[in-house]
Amino acid sequence: MENTHQVLLQVKDLKKHFPVFRGVFQRQVGAVRAVDGVSFDVYRGETLGLVGESGCGKSTTGRTILQLYKPTAGSVVFDGINLVTLKGEDMRHMRQRIQMIFQDPYASLNPRMTVGEIIGEPIMVHESAVTAKQIEERVAALLNKVNLNPAFASRYPHEFSGGQRQRIGIARALALKPDFIVCDEPISALDVSIQAQVVNLLEDMQQELGLTYLFIAHDLSMVKHISDRIAVMYLGVVMELADRANLYAEPMHPYTQALLSAVPIPDPRLEAQRRRTILEGDVPSPVNPPSGCRFRTRCPIAEIGLCDLSQPEFREVKPGHFVACHKVS
Amino acid sequence: MSDLLLDVQGLETQFRTPDGIVHAVNGVSFGLKEGETLGVVGESGCGKSVTMLSVLRLIASPPGKVVAGKAFYRGQDLLQMSDEEIRHIRGAQMAMIFQDPMTSLNPVMTIGRQLIEPLMLHLGMNKDQANARAAELLEMVGIPHASERLSDYPHQYSGGMRQRVMIAMALSCNPQILIADEPTTALDVTIQAQIIELVKRLRDELGMAIIWITHDLGIVAGLAQRVLVMYGGFIIEESQVIDLYANPSHPYTIGLLGSLPRLDEIERQRLFSIEGMPPVLYNKPTACPFAPRCKWVMDRCWQENPALTEVSPEHRVACWVDVKTGKAR
Repeated sequence: MENTHQVLLQVKDLKKHFPVFRGVFQRQVGAVRAVDGVSFDVYRGETLGLVGESGCGKSTTGRTILQLYKPTAGSVVFDGINLVTLKGEDMRHMRQRIQMIFQDPYASLNPRMTVGEIIGEPIMVHESAVTAKQIEERVAALLNKVNLNPAFASRYPHEFSGGQRQRIGIARALALKPDFIVCDEPISALDVSIQAQVVNLLEDMQQELGLTYLFIAHDLSMVKHISDRIAVMYLGVVMELADRANLYAEPMHPYTQALLSAVPIPDPRLEAQRRRTILEGDVPSPVNPPSGCRFRTRCPIAEIGLCDLSQPEFREVKPGHFVACHKVS
Repeated sequence: MSDLLLDVQGLETQFRTPDGIVHAVNGVSFGLKEGETLGVVGESGCGKSVTMLSVLRLIASPPGKVVAGKAFYRGQDLLQMSDEEIRHIRGAQMAMIFQDPMTSLNPVMTIGRQLIEPLMLHLGMNKDQANARAAELLEMVGIPHASERLSDYPHQYSGGMRQRVMIAMALSCNPQILIADEPTTALDVTIQAQIIELVKRLRDELGMAIIWITHDLGIVAGLAQRVLVMYGGFIIEESQVIDLYANPSHPYTIGLLGSLPRLDEIERQRLFSIEGMPPVLYNKPTACPFAPRCKWVMDRCWQENPALTEVSPEHRVACWVDVKTGKAR
């Protein structure tokens, strides 16, 4: 992060609630508060990691940023333009610059389209002037770039392994030369030896094309490896945000501390010495989150009369290190 | 040899598929001592689960078939037993827990009924005794208000709690061997840490031997005493846990360890990636199955499949190359 810290994406108080309906008249009886007031900046050229356990709202945050879900509240400013108020043709135009790579390499590629059609489709949709020949050339170049044989363009997704499919997904995301890519758990479905291949490819692409990534994952070791800064989410809110070295060296939020201590390290000598903070119980339901701090029901240092009364402010404790906890001074 | 609780020799298992016969396990031999925790590591399709399912005679036939080998449990060959005999061993002496606790529990039976079934079947308890024991078991695995929750159905339990129920069920008849097939893969890290802590505690209290199947080298580092690494249906390395991580000697093990980002890594290093992908074996390999992906490959690797050979005390490797010198062994 030696570069200029130019903000490319600014997310402010973003909320996404999914209504819950019940009864014969399908009255709304509540809402799943999947994302409930999330703010962060993403700098141009960096990778911001977004980690958390299942159901913490990390994927919903990614999708709401891309306006695949209409936000309940808040703003998403991309390169100076608020995406939330953008409509029709303007939004379509903007989509060229923001792309997504999905978790499931099996479900995210249309089985009835050839690889060439899959990668070429965004080009055809967004660039009306291109000829079929040009698309073909660009698809071949993209396949080359993600280390796949250009001859694969005429094949169908089922002929490929998980890792290869993820490369196809990456080629598709790169087709329109985007600035920003939301990577939603792009390696979670892959085998260990294949994960490294895909992560290395993502890093190479970032270097070569100056891409900015929002990297969503639950694997903390991998997030730490790939990210410049990391945001930790719990039950719809960001609990802590810091650069990778700081977050891992000096985690301030008790949730981050517990999360880090739960990750096994592939070294038996270290493992034997480690002391673990084991969290009790499960993540509460986002339909009815705990009052005050959402983590207080599992927090080892929660204080009655403080943590259950008000939601802690997400504030900058040290330069670049944000925490939402009453107990951190 | 007589101190081995389980002694598997030359196990081979095949599956008939529309595309041909898949050679899933190709001559696997290993032993398990009383009270020992053995980690079995490998990627999808390496044969780690099939090996253990074969030993427990849980391979559906057709399409699967154990074509060769012996598996002695306390001197009796499990593979030669009648169905009646194996049923007395399975669940009572050797129990298994699976990856997905939702599909391994019967959704239309209460947790209580599922727990008392093995107690009545294997231990000959009457219903009241079994109910009381079931409540004790749930308590042992840390389910709050255990006796009230016996009448709940699996969907009323969270993922982590279901896995606790599976463990309670597996341990209900005091087995000598617990086989755990990726029991934490579907769980979040904080819940995974809870489950591993629980298994460690129960192991110390009850003294059973454990075979823990996983793709996660981090979990094995903190849990196992000895490790088998599998690839292409073979054991390619076998070692005490400390020595495996300190001196990995098979190119595949080295690659696997190198491809993992580590939480304690300070400087960002490019991940080592093993190119290519794991094989699907339609023919029993006559050469080293890892040769196509190996950096150290020599002529001999393409001609003969190396057998496990001792390279240092209790450390055996199946490789023609000594990776330290880069020369033939």
